[in-house]
Amino acid sequence: MTTTTVSQTATSSTGRRVQLGLAALLGFFIVGFTGLSQVEAVHNAAHDYRHSLGFPCH
Amino acid sequence: MTIFRNAVFLAALAGLVAGLALALLQTFTTVPLILQAETYETSAPAPAADHSHAAGTPAHDHAAPAEDAHGHDGWMPADGFERFAFTLGANIVSGIGFALLLVTLSEASGGIASWRQGLLWGLGGFAAFTLAPGLGLPPELPGMPAADLVARQVWWLGAVVATGAGLWLLALARSPLASLAGVALLVAPHLVGAPQPVSHETAVPAGLHHDFVVAVTVTNLLFWLVLGAAAGALRSRLDMGAAPRLEGRPA
Repeated sequence: MTTTTVSQTATSSTGRRVQLGLAALLGFFIVGFTGLSQVEAVHNAAHDYRHSLGFPCH
Repeated sequence: MTIFRNAVFLAALAGLVAGLALALLQTFTTVPLILQAETYETSAPAPAADHSHAAGTPAHDHAAPAEDAHGHDGWMPADGFERFAFTLGANIVSGIGFALLLVTLSEASGGIASWRQGLLWGLGGFAAFTLAPGLGLPPELPGMPAADLVARQVWWLGAVVATGAGLWLLALARSPLASLAGVALLVAPHLVGAPQPVSHETAVPAGLHHDFVVAVTVTNLLFWLVLGAAAGALRSRLDMGAAPRLEGRPA
């Protein structure tokens, strides 16, 4: 990640990056939970979804 | 936390639209093939309220003696509406998750300027989350043999991250060295190679699996295109705090 974003608005560049980083982390956990969680009930509930998205299953 | 709130709001809207579209597509494309494949897992048709499989069926990688072939010993939704409802829920929730990743990564490089540009970001997501992992680990139908689950998940995640980073370098970095590194990252997961089962022998017909691979790939392509376009179209209505050159007059 060598790209630097120059923000010219009121929000500081660092603050913006921290907030985007938090939102990305939230997205990562959601995708990981629905697609990769080993919990049996989660797997069974999302079974057809996982197969349909090509997640490794079973 | 305006940026965080708006990023989540934008992702929730775009993810809801794309997740709904994906669940509807799956109902007619991938899910019927999954149900069909499950009939090959057992000699007798599965009971109506349970999609589990008889013990010791051939060609299943970890048929547990006292359990069904999937080792599904826990709760599972009943076939029919309940099963569809959970698939729909999983699609919408993860649609929002994928949208959060797409929105935040694109914001780090100026944001998606329009629905048209969103299509290109969607193509990137499709390449990273479907195309690249699908080359090494083609979408599986129930009843197909596979290598150790954790090993496959690790490779899958590695392929997604490496492909995403490689595309990022190819599209956005300026130096030739970065482009070279981008190409290397795109190729690397396939040089490492995905974990494969000892034998590919299965009761699931090859033709059914072929149809499934095509169905998964095309439905996910459409999902990512809708997601990217929706995120691009909705973004101009929210303050994402990006560089002014990419912000039009709020509609």
